[in-house]
Amino acid sequence: MNIQAKLKVDPRDGKLAMAHFYVFIVALAIGGLAGLLQTFVRSGKFELPFGIGYYQLLTLHGVVLALVMTTFFIMGFLHAVVSKTAGTYTNRQRTLAWISFALLTIGTIMAAIMILLNEASVLYTFYAPLQAHAVFYIGLTLVVVGSWVGSAAVFMKYGEWRKANPGQSSPLLTFMAVITLMMWDIATIGVATTVLFQILPWSLGLVETINVGLSRTLFWYFGHPLVYFWLLPAYMVWYAIIPKIIGGKIFSDSLARLSFVLLLFFSIPVGLHHQLVEPGIDPAWKFIQVILTFLVVIPSLMTAFSLFATFESYGRSKGAKGLFGWFKKLPWGDARFTIPFIGMLGFIPGGAGGIVNASHQMNQLVHNTIWITGHFHMTVAFAVILTFYGVAYWLIPHLTGRILTKKMNKLAMIQGITWTIGMLFMSSSMHIQGLLGGPRRSAFSEYGGAAQAAEWIPYQIAQAVGGSILFISIILMVYVFINLAFFAPKGEQEFPVGEVAKGAEKTPLVFDNWKLWLGISAILIVFAYTLPLIDLIQNAPPGSKGFKLW
Amino acid sequence: MHMHKFEKIWLIFGFGALLVFLTVIGVSAFYLGNQPPSCLATIDPEKVDTTAPFNEPGLKKVEGKEWDYELVFVASAFSYSPARVEVPLGAKVKVIATSKDVMHGFQAAGTNVNMMLEPGYISEVVTTFKNPGEFLIVCNEYCGVGHHMMHSMIEVVE
Repeated sequence: MNIQAKLKVDPRDGKLAMAHFYVFIVALAIGGLAGLLQTFVRSGKFELPFGIGYYQLLTLHGVVLALVMTTFFIMGFLHAVVSKTAGTYTNRQRTLAWISFALLTIGTIMAAIMILLNEASVLYTFYAPLQAHAVFYIGLTLVVVGSWVGSAAVFMKYGEWRKANPGQSSPLLTFMAVITLMMWDIATIGVATTVLFQILPWSLGLVETINVGLSRTLFWYFGHPLVYFWLLPAYMVWYAIIPKIIGGKIFSDSLARLSFVLLLFFSIPVGLHHQLVEPGIDPAWKFIQVILTFLVVIPSLMTAFSLFATFESYGRSKGAKGLFGWFKKLPWGDARFTIPFIGMLGFIPGGAGGIVNASHQMNQLVHNTIWITGHFHMTVAFAVILTFYGVAYWLIPHLTGRILTKKMNKLAMIQGITWTIGMLFMSSSMHIQGLLGGPRRSAFSEYGGAAQAAEWIPYQIAQAVGGSILFISIILMVYVFINLAFFAPKGEQEFPVGEVAKGAEKTPLVFDNWKLWLGISAILIVFAYTLPLIDLIQNAPPGSKGFKLW
Repeated sequence: MHMHKFEKIWLIFGFGALLVFLTVIGVSAFYLGNQPPSCLATIDPEKVDTTAPFNEPGLKKVEGKEWDYELVFVASAFSYSPARVEVPLGAKVKVIATSKDVMHGFQAAGTNVNMMLEPGYISEVVTTFKNPGEFLIVCNEYCGVGHHMMHSMIEVVE
């Protein structure tokens, strides 16, 4: 590893990461516009032009933001981080990463065309027996396969680093990238299985019917780890990048690794908590997965502790006095810190709401109400996305050889705070409406003039207000992005990589023992899923034919 | 691996809180019987109309069971049968429902009745209607272009 590589991401790897970020910003703009129009429709004061269907738009919003925007940002970010901390990609690794990018892009375009042709208004969860055009499913498959190819590049780089540095603990950020992608690869086996062996043959007409319960269960085996795939890169930033930005130290390298290992264990064998009110699954198995779901709270509590420990140590090192004096010493004017920090705060109510949702019978009150929509807008669209914005402010100029100017920093602050206000408006009105029984994934409706439905409408108007503020923030983000990518002054923008405090304990090598971690993860998955899946196959009702009801 | 004393306290507190939560919902589920709707019975989704009890949707008084009434619903895109039903105040009712086509939701807003309807499976939940008034039933799982028009009404009368 040469010194140049240590300082700056190699321009060839930079180009690779930037390619991902261009798709990210386009996806953000398109998906955001769809979201804005949805909140307008739901206000009851607006109708979609040109024969666009509400559910067509909703499918676009979900696919483009939840699947496309996040995956592109995360893959681009992970490539950049690994190239920076484990060394520049070899030509072979970079070629693999470009193939991954091509597969992701082609898959996205295929799915998008089917949505635009109104052949796939099945939402991003594509529950059978609603049946979209086969090309839609093939496109999504390519997105998944593309992410596998991209993770192969990361694993190869990691293996190469280990070989070159025997007896040493791997770079923290590379280690975290490897965990994130291992978790993703294991989780996507579920969705790949249902798409390749159930949905595709059925949508191509090779088989007539589909086992709906099995397909849903395989989907949710993937669907919950999907949200951790969004969250782990944000945790990477909070643990290992933010400390450097504020000028502090990583609280503990080992504990950071431990929490990522725990996240690997407890992200996957928990999908049944999305199916708590569903027939065909024994409630005892639901409860077992509820327990496993709750265990994922532990690494999150560890994360919260570490972050605030870093903040407090830093503040005190700057001479802060009293119980909370350190709080004032944090660099509040720096968007690279403040915007992700707001995201961290948002994860507190977001995580607490998650515990409510997973609480076995409490789920009955909120299941599929718009409370759930409010919940994941608080977690992914607030906590995670604010963190991604915070990364973009320095990573884009780092990769394009430019700098984040004071003026752009100010605009970035305004952008992030606008997002905060908009999301608080939208998410809290969704939460309240959900408690009153308002359903998710629904166009404007008065439900035959029912009194209860009339109570929901003011909250839908509040959501439209929130949506409008959010869209202003997206316009600002696009402006900031274009500036940082093409127009900002040339210079050296730092790629902040956190360091542990001097004299910190050496990280135990056990963390790089993948046989152990993957073994435990496999045991947990086999334990949590084998019997429910056998049940769903053996006691299956007659299968379902496909329906196209849009 | 070293762990700071405060972090140990923090994690013990957190883990303790989780144990309390899990114990509460566990006791509620396995001792008090408050399990989420998880009926294991199946049905041929193409023969719903000719299979009992779905051949006669609506409210029926039953004898010798833990509940007083059975309320049968059939869901299909984009309606429920019955479209409106009256239930006596305070009656203990078993709601039994299924879908004839795609996935549907079944939620009585303002109550704890909320379950998924899946083609091929029967969904059941037992509830007591303690408050008079109209309770809107909405489909809360996307089922197609008319999803938001799909509703029914339970009227709890004295």
